Amino acid sequence: MKFSVTVTLKKDVLDPQGKVVENTLVNMGMDDLKNVRQGKYFQIEVDDSDQITAEKKVDEMCKKILVNLIIEDYKISKI
Amino acid sequence: MRSSVIVFPGSNCDRDVAVALEKMQFKNQMVWHKETKLPKSDLIVLPGGFSYGDYLRSGAIAGKSLIIDEIIKAANSGCLILGICNGFQILTETGLLKGTLLRNKNLKFINKDVHIKVINNSTKFSNKYKNNQILKINIAHNEGNYFTDSNHLDELNKEGLIAFKYCDEKGNINNNSNPNGSLENIAGILNLKKNILGMMPHPERMVDEIISNKDGINLFTSLLN
Repeated sequence: MKFSVTVTLKKDVLDPQGKVVENTLVNMGMDDLKNVRQGKYFQIEVDDSDQITAEKKVDEMCKKILVNLIIEDYKISKI
Repeated sequence: MRSSVIVFPGSNCDRDVAVALEKMQFKNQMVWHKETKLPKSDLIVLPGGFSYGDYLRSGAIAGKSLIIDEIIKAANSGCLILGICNGFQILTETGLLKGTLLRNKNLKFINKDVHIKVINNSTKFSNKYKNNQILKINIAHNEGNYFTDSNHLDELNKEGLIAFKYCDEKGNINNNSNPNGSLENIAGILNLKKNILGMMPHPERMVDEIISNKDGINLFTSLLN
């Protein structure tokens, strides 16, 4: 079973890379741009046919290493 | 005084810190990260470098190494732990120190000699310095921007857990003397029991006048006290 995990910096944490990308997009003429936040994306395949237990395993991976919970939020989706 | 320097793939200040320790008469051993037993140590050093190429987050993968369980056990039983630069990042990833190191505010790798002020000299790591003493120490990092939540920041201030802060040569602590955007110019912090110090500046690079200055020596001699 395959999942995607998107990791983004929390709202209050400064994202200098996102800010630079945002400024560049504005400089390129994309005036109606409101905000850019940069993040990470993982594709994880788990050898488990039960969605609930598989998703639990991915959640554990996120909490244990993939995500720094002090500064990052994450979202798991089945793909 | 026996010390152990932990070596990860990508560590590159391990030998520098070993030279500094031996110069101060420590009996030092190098310990590979795959070891599951630590030699008897009074001090464990997590050196600077780029363990695992900074994959995932700086220090994240090294923080899950086999030797880390032993380091956590040693730390809990009061062993002194010093994390320098990438070592500091590893300590935050293991949870031995709270908070984290974000990317430098200016998005650039910074390698230069900066000034730091001794904020608390009543620790095992800083007792040979004077309070408010200004040191000139090299920094070389891309992720040195210390960040933590407001409760922990209060605790750091109340319990005297801030060891060093970035300042200018006159000792002014402000935005202009903050190289990387760290909260309150923090350059190094201690845990609540004060047996663990994590710092971004490199004291091991400042132990010989031929190549730099001697401002880092007292950190190592403090430990011998």
